[in-house]
Amino acid sequence: MCGIVGLYLKDPNLQANLGALFAPMLIEMTDRGPDSAGFAIYRNPVDQHQTKFTLASDEPDTDWTSLGTALKNALNCQARLDVHGDHAVLVTDADPFATQAWLAETRPQIRVVGSGRSIEIFKQTGLPKDVVEQFKLVGAHGSHAIGHTRMATESAVTTAGSHPFATGLDLCLVHNGSLSNHNHLRRGLERSGIVFQTENDTEVAAGFMTMKLRQGLSLHAALEAGLVELDGFYTFCVGTADGFAVMRDPFGCKHAVLAETEGWVAMATEYRAIAHLPGADAAEIWEPEPHKIYTWGSAH
Amino acid sequence: MTELDLQKLGVRGVNSALHGLPEGANAQDWLISNPMGQHAIACGLDAPLKVTIDGHVGFYCGGMNQQAEITIQGHAGVGVAENMMSGQVRVKGSASDSAGATAHGGLLVIEGDASSRCGISMKGVDIVVGGSVGHMSGFMAQSGHLVVCGDASDALGDSIYEAIVFVRGKVAGLGADCIEKEMRPEHLVKLAELLDAADIDADPGSFRRYGSARTLYNFDIDNADAY
Repeated sequence: MCGIVGLYLKDPNLQANLGALFAPMLIEMTDRGPDSAGFAIYRNPVDQHQTKFTLASDEPDTDWTSLGTALKNALNCQARLDVHGDHAVLVTDADPFATQAWLAETRPQIRVVGSGRSIEIFKQTGLPKDVVEQFKLVGAHGSHAIGHTRMATESAVTTAGSHPFATGLDLCLVHNGSLSNHNHLRRGLERSGIVFQTENDTEVAAGFMTMKLRQGLSLHAALEAGLVELDGFYTFCVGTADGFAVMRDPFGCKHAVLAETEGWVAMATEYRAIAHLPGADAAEIWEPEPHKIYTWGSAH
Repeated sequence: MTELDLQKLGVRGVNSALHGLPEGANAQDWLISNPMGQHAIACGLDAPLKVTIDGHVGFYCGGMNQQAEITIQGHAGVGVAENMMSGQVRVKGSASDSAGATAHGGLLVIEGDASSRCGISMKGVDIVVGGSVGHMSGFMAQSGHLVVCGDASDALGDSIYEAIVFVRGKVAGLGADCIEKEMRPEHLVKLAELLDAADIDADPGSFRRYGSARTLYNFDIDNADAY
């Protein structure tokens, strides 16, 4: 099962309302995934020399302020932390690899759920409406968002196993389906230096895309490689800093619908998640073809 | 025309109103407003009603229909008119996969494109698609007609039984045991009748006919070892 949704705003005037438009999409997919929910939102890009990390903690009394101070002292850097529920968004000018190494060594209980210049990722077990509320999605602005409601099949119901999955800078991926060759691919990717946090099959797909982008491929070309190497059932919705893509497996096993107007492109497992968007009645609506890559923004 | 606002009544409320009509009721024309992509709208109708749905619908719209004439003014999700017995369902936009699945009778018209598995396991329904159909359309189709005015994707008519498929455009590939067959005069007559009923303007002479080679579903003594 599972529900996935994505909204890419073509009209910059809509960006102030991204969260208000996107939250009902996620909530409408509750029936398809009541175990956990999560979303990635692209907003507030930081300067070239900075990196933005979304951090998550399973401990409710995490002292984020002292984490920020310790990081500043250890790496002699600037660090700003904004707390959102049990997540925090860290913006720092420290080297991203040094930051992650420091976190892994001194704060092993903290998980890095996303990193890049504009991506922020929030995910949690529980009903989508509670996740939307905890992370104050409704008031959020931004350029695009990707979300997932999960009915777990391949791995446990945990926050770590919730989507979206991000393994590279500003890239994230949500998935409806299941991959059958993820263990094999994971071993190969780990040898190439991709670090995985879970046993989840979708994280492998995200790692695969990250590897391809690191090799210099465009998002479109990375997805093309995915069509060849990923085995299983999948509908993916993928976000990058300024790109948005949808891809289905060659059999089109998992539902998907796309809708596009002059102002926005929306993707969902079911149309009802899109129906409330302004102009949806008159939107061009179609089922994405299997084995075909659809991209918007900068993807080539 | 009587309006049923789905946002106020919910799917169950709308469907109950249409199910509960006494035989020969005066109100025969219905408009369902605000469908908002909800599933199972106007399912299980069994009366000669005219129902217009003002917008896009979710899965299984018009399922199990008998007698009613249902028009969807937009896109239809998965399994539109599945298991229809009689009557008509018309989609003004395109349809997602498995349109007309297992339907026994009636007419399903999709003015736009139909996605994969259109007419899967159809058992007597007539389906006319104004555009193209996706892969594995007519899979295990047992009886009835599938008319495609555009193209057909891979594996058309895979494991087909006795349904008849007409395609005007290109066929990307035929499925197991599906072959092109001669278009005889009686087929042209039937096709003209179907296009006319669907209100689609196309020359029957520009279509090709496909059907079962009948080598797959008959028991063959040479295959006895396979069982």
